[in-house]
Amino acid sequence: MAANRGFTPVPWAAAGGDPPCHIVAAGGAAYGNLKARMEDIIKTEELGFDYIRRNENGEVECIVRAVDDVNISVKKGEFVVILGANGSGKSTLAKHLNALLKPTDGTVWVDGMDTAEDGLLWEVRRTAGMVFQNPDNQIIGQVVDEDVAFGPENLGVPGPELPGRVEESLKAVDIYGLKDSPTISLSGGQKQRVSIAGILAMHPTCIVLDEPTAMLDPAGRKEVMRALLALNDVEEITVIHITHNMDEAVNADRIIVMDHGKVALSGTPTQVFSRVEELLAYGLTVPDAVMLAYELRKAGIGIPEGIVTGPQLTEALINEYNH
Amino acid sequence: MNTIIEVRDLTFSYDDGSSGKPVIKGISFSVEKGGFIGIIGHTGSGKSTLLQLLIGLLKPRSGEILFDGEDIFSKGYDLKKLRSRVGLVFQYPEYQLFEENVFKDVCYGPANLGLTRKECELRAYEALKSVGLSDDCFYASPFELSGGQKRRAAIAGILAMKPEVLVLDEPTAGLDPAGRREIMNLILKLRKERDITVILVTHSMEDMASCAEKILVLDNGQIGYFDTPAKVFSHTEELESIGLSAPAVTYIMMELRKRGMDVPTDVIRPEDARDEIIAAFARRKA
Repeated sequence: MAANRGFTPVPWAAAGGDPPCHIVAAGGAAYGNLKARMEDIIKTEELGFDYIRRNENGEVECIVRAVDDVNISVKKGEFVVILGANGSGKSTLAKHLNALLKPTDGTVWVDGMDTAEDGLLWEVRRTAGMVFQNPDNQIIGQVVDEDVAFGPENLGVPGPELPGRVEESLKAVDIYGLKDSPTISLSGGQKQRVSIAGILAMHPTCIVLDEPTAMLDPAGRKEVMRALLALNDVEEITVIHITHNMDEAVNADRIIVMDHGKVALSGTPTQVFSRVEELLAYGLTVPDAVMLAYELRKAGIGIPEGIVTGPQLTEALINEYNH
Repeated sequence: MNTIIEVRDLTFSYDDGSSGKPVIKGISFSVEKGGFIGIIGHTGSGKSTLLQLLIGLLKPRSGEILFDGEDIFSKGYDLKKLRSRVGLVFQYPEYQLFEENVFKDVCYGPANLGLTRKECELRAYEALKSVGLSDDCFYASPFELSGGQKRRAAIAGILAMKPEVLVLDEPTAGLDPAGRREIMNLILKLRKERDITVILVTHSMEDMASCAEKILVLDNGQIGYFDTPAKVFSHTEELESIGLSAPAVTYIMMELRKRGMDVPTDVIRPEDARDEIIAAFARRKA
């Protein structure tokens, strides 16, 4: 069972300075050795899930296999992005990671706990917290600190401990200044960060986010991504981030691509985004910088493989231009 | 070209009376017939409020909106008729599908216009065809469709009213990249085929760059810019200061220029960026 990790205020939040935006070299090479020693926080073995529709008489009308023979493992402290077209099984997979769904076939372990065991339900959910797409559907409290305290309070955290947990969680996502604000007055990005703080206050080891940026404006998306990268870097929380926005995947340690319920690709951003044609066939795309590099390479301009970000592309182009 | 919508000094507040803080603060702009206007702005900038004012769902505190020359808030103006001429596709429109099958759902709008059953069915058929839904979807429950299909069905429901102006509030939110491309191509196709005027709200700067003729930037209920995409996106710093951004390729071109490459910076589409960079390399060689 995971020990509660003591939270310390994030240095950049406390100092009010700029948070670190880029923490892991593409491919996660910086963490290579460290991560090799870490254990799996999430592991699925031959995971399969069927959605079953029944008619009024309770007879089975149709069965849809949403997840099929999925074997993944996520190491403690890893930042994993899951990509996939609508209907590829991403959300169904995510819901297995905190026991909102139980496998039809196979097994899911969260920090060594089998999610199919009823007795472990709350411990599984405390270990792997979940944040959803719509900010307005997951905020309960009228005031920010009240909302963040809701989760730990339900877990039975003693009253005197709550304010401390709320404070450290809000600081970790850089919105401590909004502690006393009515939740209704917040922007989309702020609301999502309150939702993330609400999960943090339960001291999870892992956060699973199902398209948390889909409804946000560019600034809101940046705020949420910055908070997630900082949580992963500073607090060493494992992040599993589901998104349709390819740019949000470039800083991940690893990308898992889902297609028709199965894992189609898994690798570093550099590895995955080098498969441009395959990704297009899965209903996805690549970041604009990758697409531009791909097209320019096709046109005969000498750009090295493995470019995923704008600055990398600019650097390569200027080198070639001045060559 | 003729003006189809003219907004004059429009002010709106959700509070009663004249003391409340206005959400829309005295804005004026006009939309040409057949035009494609994109509206961008941070959360809470007043985008959705403006859309609701345009179809008369909300009443302004002051100012007017002229549709085809007539003030839609004047006494006796037929708002019901306006709403058949200006079709609004709300955010996540698939949540508003409610009938037992797709075909019936699309018939709902025209039926409310008082058309005969036969006319409704003809219109529904035509609308479903033009959004590219195949026949086998027609009698499916809306809930059996994929995300992209549901959204097409919802857009068909508005098209069946034969609107002259199509107003869409974030039509690609929540869709995968292929679904986004599908919906954006559909909007462009409808505009071309039916000569529809399009007003589109989105958080995707890339969608804006590829489609809009003019972009209206809303910031705290006021108009920040109202210009062509290339001109609007050249103000990167100002856009960032109000929670927006320019398309990714614009930043790349600006950086290349700064570091000495002979490329223009007013580039907003990936295909144009590609062509400009190739041209710059060719010039260098020559």
